[in-house]
Amino acid sequence: MTQMKNSFRTMPDENGHFGDYGGRYVAETLMPLVLDLEREYRAAQADPAFKAQFDDLLEHYVGRPSPLYFAERLTEALGGAQVWFKRDELNHTGAHKINNCIGQILLAMRMGKTRIIAETGAGQHGVATATVCARFGLPCVIYMGATDVARQAPNVFRMKLLGAEVVPVTSGAATLKDAMNEGLRDWVANVHDTFYIIGTAAGPHPYPELVRDFQSVIGKEARAQMLSRTGRLPDVLVAAIGGGSNALGLFHPFLDDPDVKMLGVEAAGYGLDGDQHAASLLGGFPGVLHGNKTYLLQDEDGQITEGHSISAGLDYPGIGPEHAWLKDMGRVEYTAVTDDEALDAFQLLCRTEGIIPALEPSHAIAAVAKIAKTMPDDAIILANLCGRGDKDIFTVAEKLGVEM
Amino acid sequence: MTRISSAFSTPALVCFITAGDGDTAANLDALVEGGADVIELGMPFTDPMADGPAIQEANLRSLAKGTTTADIFAMAAAFRARHPNTPLVLMGYANPMVRRGPQWFADQCEAAGVDGVICVDIPPEEDAALGPALRAKGISPIRLATPTTDAKRLPKVLEGSGGFLYYVSVAGITGKQQAAQTSIEDAVAKLKAATDLPVAVGFGVRTPEQAAAIAKVADGVVVGSALVELVAQHGAAAPAALRKFTSALAQAVHNARQG
Repeated sequence: MTQMKNSFRTMPDENGHFGDYGGRYVAETLMPLVLDLEREYRAAQADPAFKAQFDDLLEHYVGRPSPLYFAERLTEALGGAQVWFKRDELNHTGAHKINNCIGQILLAMRMGKTRIIAETGAGQHGVATATVCARFGLPCVIYMGATDVARQAPNVFRMKLLGAEVVPVTSGAATLKDAMNEGLRDWVANVHDTFYIIGTAAGPHPYPELVRDFQSVIGKEARAQMLSRTGRLPDVLVAAIGGGSNALGLFHPFLDDPDVKMLGVEAAGYGLDGDQHAASLLGGFPGVLHGNKTYLLQDEDGQITEGHSISAGLDYPGIGPEHAWLKDMGRVEYTAVTDDEALDAFQLLCRTEGIIPALEPSHAIAAVAKIAKTMPDDAIILANLCGRGDKDIFTVAEKLGVEM
Repeated sequence: MTRISSAFSTPALVCFITAGDGDTAANLDALVEGGADVIELGMPFTDPMADGPAIQEANLRSLAKGTTTADIFAMAAAFRARHPNTPLVLMGYANPMVRRGPQWFADQCEAAGVDGVICVDIPPEEDAALGPALRAKGISPIRLATPTTDAKRLPKVLEGSGGFLYYVSVAGITGKQQAAQTSIEDAVAKLKAATDLPVAVGFGVRTPEQAAAIAKVADGVVVGSALVELVAQHGAAAPAALRKFTSALAQAVHNARQG
């Protein structure tokens, strides 16, 4: 019972709070819907048919379980702890995002909603959402900052091929946070028939909880696979953090394993000493945005500032509220790596393992590279390879000065 | 009687503009001269997710000029000195309000003579984030009821609210379409049966005719985007345009129940 009392896995509380964070900071128009969603999610959790359908789709449509892979040549190159990867980049659509989209579209259909909206930054969540909408035949509107539409043309075309309407958002700074604002504006005007598939473990309760739960398949599989392959748990888990859903998915099933350390890796952009980074936890302050209280990049008056990262998927001025709580509790350690470090790690993985990672997990790999050499060679690091890098080759080419 | 309750003793015109967008002092004076009974001063925010294009742009114009929270309280205090009897309500989003803590914000409101606060994204479930600090200083937390607020939920919305009840007549963002008059009448009747607070109706009200129709049944009519658009169009000449339009609205609201 002591175990229960000290559990890190019982959050959020009944009001959707993770300590001081989380909550339901939404306009009154959305409150009844958010409460409905919570009721429906509780019902789904108690319904074996829901879980059966979710598991079936993950196995046969997404391609789970994803492999657990020992990166032998990377380990050799780094010198030190063994590096293992959870290969979520091998999922259908090429990233972990699809796990959550499958869960949410099943919830949407349970609630009788007939129209899906979502926001996207780099386009990965937009593609995953458009994919599940095509799979289930629901109309889909994706809000995407006009700046990102220009930067991520291949993903825009993918979404359109999948039948989604992509709406470029020109308000504000025309990036991910503005796309989220526009998604909320659409939702508030169409509450009767529309379900908002939020892409990360953030937003009003119960989104942070349900996104975490849907993504926890990553950590549940990894924990069982690691035990079966090595007979032990890893010493350290490492994952990149934008909104934080791939990290929570990996970390959450291990939170009550006291000997497993965890490292969340934020995007330091050009460096934490300036303001061109996207490290909400290390460089921000608690505040309220997009339905939850969490760490935010903001000025002294509470105006939200723009993050920067080479990775469009990490370029968001907030962070899921559970990470804010885990940081304050000291259960997870957070660090940050720069654009240049991530770019080096990207190339290192390409050449040592024959895997082109997305720029998001390249941040995790950069952090792995720093800690591996400080650890003995019988130690195990498990990192989440949450996305593949096909989408990023244009960005990387430009950074490396290569004409394509 | 508080300043707010006095203002609603007969149908009241509630006028919204965004702080720091144009010459705010002159624009506020024009609203009062035109006949506004209650002033809602919008606190600009980088991410106004409940607002339509007109107020979004006003927020960005104001922030681009460098408007700070301290500037807004200075505008409020100066307004209070010039207009001792006109209720002044701040409207905005949670983050700028709670950035330095709810206590700090409530103290500033009290010092500036602010009567009430409307926070779009603090529903009753998160009242602890701001409500107790405001009530302790005698400042009214003004809540919103919407078409999605059903009879079962309404008591929750009313609990701890003060000043007036703001009925958002359409499920949507500011400045877009207006609700049908019959649905407004039904909703207002239900709200008035549930509370003694005055009920003001807003979202999508753009003409004196609409305002008059609403004022027949509600205690107040809120006009925002239409005024903010005048500020955008007329720049330095905005006070004259605001005075003229507000005067037409005020006449319509104040005379709605005659004849």
